[in-house]
Amino acid sequence: MDLILPDFGLLVWTGIVFCLLFFLLVKFAWKPILSAVNTREQKIAEALDLAEKTKAEMQALKAENDQILKAARAERDQILKEAKEAANSMVEEAKGKAKDEAAKLVEAARHNINSEKAAAMAELKNHIASLSLEIAEKVVRQELSADEKQKALASQLAGEIKMN
Amino acid sequence: MQQAGKFSSLLQILFLAMSFLVYQPLANASKEEAFNVGEMIMHHIKDAHEWHVAGEGKESISLYLPVILHDNGFKCFSSKHFYHGKESQVPSSDSTAYHYLEGVGPAKGYALYHEKIYKLDQIGTANGQPVYNLKFHGEHPHNAMPTDLSITKNVASLIFGSLLILIIMLSVARFYKRNGAVAPKGLAKFFEPIIVMVRDDIAKANIDQHKYHKYVPYLLTIFFFIWINNMLGLIPILPGGANLTGNITITLFLAVCTLLVTVLSGNKNYWGHIFWMPGIPVPMKIFMIPIELIGILTKPFALMIRLFANITAGHIIVLALISIIFINKNIAWAGLSVPMALFISVLEILVAFLQGFLFAMLSALFIGAAVEEAHH
Amino acid sequence: MTGMFGSIAAIGAGLAVLGAGLGIGRIGGSAVEGIARNPEAAGKIQTAMIIAAALIEGVALFGVVVGLLGAKA
Repeated sequence: MDLILPDFGLLVWTGIVFCLLFFLLVKFAWKPILSAVNTREQKIAEALDLAEKTKAEMQALKAENDQILKAARAERDQILKEAKEAANSMVEEAKGKAKDEAAKLVEAARHNINSEKAAAMAELKNHIASLSLEIAEKVVRQELSADEKQKALASQLAGEIKMN
Repeated sequence: MQQAGKFSSLLQILFLAMSFLVYQPLANASKEEAFNVGEMIMHHIKDAHEWHVAGEGKESISLYLPVILHDNGFKCFSSKHFYHGKESQVPSSDSTAYHYLEGVGPAKGYALYHEKIYKLDQIGTANGQPVYNLKFHGEHPHNAMPTDLSITKNVASLIFGSLLILIIMLSVARFYKRNGAVAPKGLAKFFEPIIVMVRDDIAKANIDQHKYHKYVPYLLTIFFFIWINNMLGLIPILPGGANLTGNITITLFLAVCTLLVTVLSGNKNYWGHIFWMPGIPVPMKIFMIPIELIGILTKPFALMIRLFANITAGHIIVLALISIIFINKNIAWAGLSVPMALFISVLEILVAFLQGFLFAMLSALFIGAAVEEAHH
Repeated sequence: MTGMFGSIAAIGAGLAVLGAGLGIGRIGGSAVEGIARNPEAAGKIQTAMIIAAALIEGVALFGVVVGLLGAKA
């Protein structure tokens, strides 16, 4: 039975020793230990924070670089495109000009040909007319024996020339 | 844990060696007297005025502890005057007799019966010397008891354990003072994770985020007090072996400490839940008041009983298993009892830690409930 | 008479241990199941398990203490 009955003397000693232990530990052990542990944890947390921040900064820097690179690339592309366009337009323009020139030349040639042809025709007509006159003269001189016959022939010949 | 296990097996060997030293004469003597297991175990788990090492009776090797009595002023003398005093007996109602130790020298006039000190009544004189007697009423002496403030085995163990904790923790604190807040080494490396565990897993996990700081020193103190003293109790020889944390007085004191801390830090919300439980009808509110009031006491009461019974049971089991050898009076039984006792001892190392952890954890839980803010 | 009380106390202690064993067994089983289902919560489950086991064990120890009382009375 006295196994489960508290003992007064032991209770008194426990009170004294435990309270003394508690105050000594609080003052000389728990306070320095806990503050040291807290300080270290804070330090570690700060270091981790710093690392995180640095990482973020690096990321931002990298992003910025990427941005710049991207812009540069875009600019280059733009310039290239413009150059190509300019070249194309130049070629087109040259082509057009050449075509126009050619057309003009062809037109001039045709015009020349036509005018030459007309001139040639006129000359040919004149020539034929003079030839015809010569022929007619010869025929007339030969067949001037009979007036009627001569007259009929002359008119017939003239008709035949007109038909041509 | 493995190291602890090795340590324990070393302890176990020591323990066995010691138990042979202690019980061998007893085993021989038991030819006349039957070996009483219950009495032996009770003797070992109860408090005493000597710290027994080896041997039996007057030939035993013991550390005799000072007896301090308050009986019309303080009296202080060695318990040797009881253990080496006069062995007296009083016939009991059945055929056996009550044996008690009558003090001599400075202890004259007092008697030690079942480790309790009684004041003897003078019944006459013989040869000019006073003759004393212890009067029994039923199984218990009827005599007056002086206030016993002796340094008993448990008090000595308590002081030793407390000094040990103090030395350990002061040297851990000195490490931080010398080296600043750096990664711990040596003793600090071993104890820091445990301290952090108490702070984070016990205090922070159960008490409000902004209030737990205040209770960490208390929780640390009870945790290490219980753990270190439990471990000391597992050591079978002199600096340990006392059933300190398995003593109801110690556990009562610790439970009362937790009760006081809980009640004194209880806020409006806590008392509101006790005297006017919100969210239930009024007749139920009235009905709940006594239940809640009893609840305040039953929680630390359970703490007290849990620690007491766990540690006492551990001691009883180890002693009982070792006793198998002496009950059967054959050394061959050691083949059964020693491995079993070893197993239980290793288990007790776990229990030693677990009970300290649980006591602190449940204390933190109660404190946490007392300081919790309303959140409805 | 005292001997008989001792035997009855021993039976009582045995019954208390039986009940506590069943209770703690259930807690342990459920905790292991819970940890297997959700291994991340192992720490929290363990803490809750230890507290619940301690509460049951406390009740069983009341039985043991009463048994001790009976044995000594």
